[in-house]
Amino acid sequence: MTLCTLTIQQAREGLRAGQFSSVEMTREFLARIHELNPVLNAFITINDVEALAQAQAADERIARGEDTPLLGVPIAIKDVLSTRGLRTTAGSRILENYTPTWDATSVARLRAAGAVFLGKTNLDEFAMGSSTENSGYGVTHNPWDQTRVPGGSSGGSAAAVAADLCCAALGTDTGGSVRQPAALCGVIGLKNTYGRVSRYGLIAYGSSLDSIGVLAKTPRDAAIVLSVMGGRDPLDSTSVDTPVPDFAVAMNGSVAGMRVGVPSEYFIEGTQADVTTAVRAGIEQLRQMGATVKEISLPNTRVALPVYYLIAPAEASANLARFDGVRYGLRVPGEDLIDTYSRTRGAGFGAEVKRRIMLGTYALSAGYYDAYYIRAQKVRTLIKQEFERAFEEVDIIAAPVSPTTAFKIGEKVDDPIQMYLADVFTLPCNLAGICGISVPCGFDAAGLPIGLQLLGRAFDEAAILRAADAYQRETSWHKKRAGDRA
Amino acid sequence: MEYEIVIGMETHVEQNTASKMFCQCSAEFFGAEPNTHVCPTCLAMPGALPVINRRAVENAMMIGLALNCKIARHTFWERKSYWYPDLPKGYQITQYEYPIAYDGYIDIDVRDSASGNWTEQSYRKRVRIRRAHLEEDTGKLTHIGGSSFVDFNRAGVPLIEIVTEPDIHTADEAYAFLSALRDIVRYLGVSSGDMEKGAMRGEPNMSLRPIGTEPFGTKVEIKNLNSLRAVRDSIEYEVKRQTEVLNSGGKVHQVTMGWDDARGVTVTQRDKEEAHDYRYFPEPDLPPLDVSEEWFESVRKRVPELALSRQDRFTQTYGLSAYDAVVLTRDRAVAEYFEIAMGGIPARAKAAANWITGELFRLMGSAGVSAGINAVKASPAQLAELIEMVENKVVNINTAKSVFEEMFATGQGAKAIVDAKGLAQISDTSALDKAVQDALDANPGQLKGYLAGQDKLFQFFVGQVMKATKGKGNPQIVQGLLKDAIEKRRLSV
Ligand SMILES: [Zn+2]
Repeated sequence: MTLCTLTIQQAREGLRAGQFSSVEMTREFLARIHELNPVLNAFITINDVEALAQAQAADERIARGEDTPLLGVPIAIKDVLSTRGLRTTAGSRILENYTPTWDATSVARLRAAGAVFLGKTNLDEFAMGSSTENSGYGVTHNPWDQTRVPGGSSGGSAAAVAADLCCAALGTDTGGSVRQPAALCGVIGLKNTYGRVSRYGLIAYGSSLDSIGVLAKTPRDAAIVLSVMGGRDPLDSTSVDTPVPDFAVAMNGSVAGMRVGVPSEYFIEGTQADVTTAVRAGIEQLRQMGATVKEISLPNTRVALPVYYLIAPAEASANLARFDGVRYGLRVPGEDLIDTYSRTRGAGFGAEVKRRIMLGTYALSAGYYDAYYIRAQKVRTLIKQEFERAFEEVDIIAAPVSPTTAFKIGEKVDDPIQMYLADVFTLPCNLAGICGISVPCGFDAAGLPIGLQLLGRAFDEAAILRAADAYQRETSWHKKRAGDRA
Repeated sequence: MEYEIVIGMETHVEQNTASKMFCQCSAEFFGAEPNTHVCPTCLAMPGALPVINRRAVENAMMIGLALNCKIARHTFWERKSYWYPDLPKGYQITQYEYPIAYDGYIDIDVRDSASGNWTEQSYRKRVRIRRAHLEEDTGKLTHIGGSSFVDFNRAGVPLIEIVTEPDIHTADEAYAFLSALRDIVRYLGVSSGDMEKGAMRGEPNMSLRPIGTEPFGTKVEIKNLNSLRAVRDSIEYEVKRQTEVLNSGGKVHQVTMGWDDARGVTVTQRDKEEAHDYRYFPEPDLPPLDVSEEWFESVRKRVPELALSRQDRFTQTYGLSAYDAVVLTRDRAVAEYFEIAMGGIPARAKAAANWITGELFRLMGSAGVSAGINAVKASPAQLAELIEMVENKVVNINTAKSVFEEMFATGQGAKAIVDAKGLAQISDTSALDKAVQDALDANPGQLKGYLAGQDKLFQFFVGQVMKATKGKGNPQIVQGLLKDAIEKRRLSV
């Protein structure tokens, strides 16, 4: 295989040197997508025409000697980010016919940096899920084993990167939706600090938890994309005005002297044994590379799950109220106004979305608000403080991403609690608003990839990128490709 | 039985900011084509986010300060969830737990309802303000035939909701409250306060209780009031209706009534207040609002002296009549015009008041100046100059009026006009004396008649002299010179 396996770094070098054109590269990707998507269902919408036009324009700019960080690089975008002129469904039937007239800030920044948009990737409806089975457009299949899920909610993006259907892809992470599918698909998944990347144009699920991240083949590629899209945006009041380092530079160096915390609460019963083994081995690898490993305790980890399932659905219940069939999207006319609302939302939303809207509505109801939402917020503050204290003693925290490797399609669909537990190790990071990354660190007995999660202080993506990059220089897990299996 | 009326007023004031509360769209939508002042944010497109309009926050702080409220230094935004097609997000961003302003009051003058004048029965009273908070307006629904249309031009326009304590006890007080509030928002320049255009919407909630009793009666809310008069009429109507119901042994139901202006009656809109659960919770898309001391101070400095305080000052310090004081303070621009025109000289206040309420308003009326006094070409400094010229007898009052007409039409200064047209009075006695002697010489018959006792012939001679000086003779000097000259001739006859 040829251009499709390239990293962003390699692609940029090749394009700059004139070894191949962006059009050639884009054509190869589109051909591969058309070949594999019927099997994997990683993309909801393939952007053939525009992608080639973008590639053409990039080639012309390259010929003029222009050089922007993503010039001519083919990228995929999770279908929950608004793309100008390109259908954006959020994985929901309620937005089946919705084409935005404007770009999300993250998308606009990628566009300005010269990226080529191959298409919109599949996800759990409104990013609510851990398996991509909740998509209104069919499940995405894991490239390592097509009978298994790719994780979620950014399952389409993770599968697309793993199957070499793009150089990298944007994902979003509300409770683990970038890191968990990255782990299950054996790719890099970077979840940025809350406020690092503008949420403008990200179709909101849990507004105080949503963050935009990157699924990539290397930590360095993730760093390049983050450097492009990070930074304060006047259109998002929660985006933070803090300097965005050139991460590709800031991540240079080793882990020598780096203090790595290992929280005992992340190594619990119920975790798949070979996951624990691989993660422990990964931590040992960091130690051998010069890091100091320290056992730490994050006791509130056990309440992160209930806290998350109060706050995220509460916010979602209001965020999704705008889908009423009045201004855009699906409308199913009824007898009167209320009937129209009911029919529209009844037909447009899937079961998990309805479940979370009901959970959230309940948590915000008069008489329950204090007991649920307010208490959850208080515990959230404790979780945040717990991380802050931990980061006084350690520089990064290492843990598993997911308690299991990729599970079978259909295995957990009837048991929401089991499904929710898939995010038990990733949720606390979102509640605390810090950053995290998933790095391939081994395979289970069935040959399915396992992820090592590295968590960093708020706005210290450089530390986890540096550790991940150093780790990959010493290990070869990431070199094994999903395609090699068959 | 005699009842006491208890009224609390909930008023929505629509701000006149250039842009909307949470987006860049123009908030000046009146008369615009439907859905032309919209963007992803105010249409609640998927993924769009709100950004605070600082000006709208400052306006709310100014209103709070003008209403003698405490200003919250830390507050946050909340989502109020309910379903309606004119509410694009399915929730309204508002302030629930911590309003930007709270615990204030407003003093109102309750005047004669028919004339609007201050009479024996008039009185001043204090209405306490419970809170004033910021929120966004909704779109507007129109029903045509079997279809409904929604226009989102108004969606997201900043509103201030002002809630009083139940301190209002008559329809006239409600009227006085709203007109005082309207004057205040106009004074602050934060809203047109135009009830007819919906820029101010007062919703009284009222109940009756037997005089001398404590517990409140059943509350009835009145909506759809498009003028101050409608507020007064609807309350009077409701008082009559509820009194009749109670006196006939019936019960008042808790309802929302709509005012039918054409028929002059209230009509039940919503039977019984539905138990709404708005599921308020803090808006995660907006950081909490912290009002720094510097910000607070800079806003406080922008709050001008208000109408009522100016009124009192104009009567007490400048000795103006209550009527003049009201007329001159109703509009902040007029009050400021007046104060410049009188130049801080109390002795000149009456003259300046007369010029403005007389000549200036008359000219504005006939010229159809609707943009207000700020659009008048003659500046208040120029009027001050003219008043001084009259005082110094450079021009007489009749000449001054024609000079002012010229000033109003052209914007030229008083002195420039007087000089250019040579309108200055002749006060030089030697020049005038010549004209006086000529007039006496030329009319021996009239002189004889005057000396014989026909007093009114004196005015004939004044007229002759004024004619000879083309009207520029200082009339007082002319009269003095004439008297002296005639007396001399009487002796020499
Ligand atoms: Zn707008």
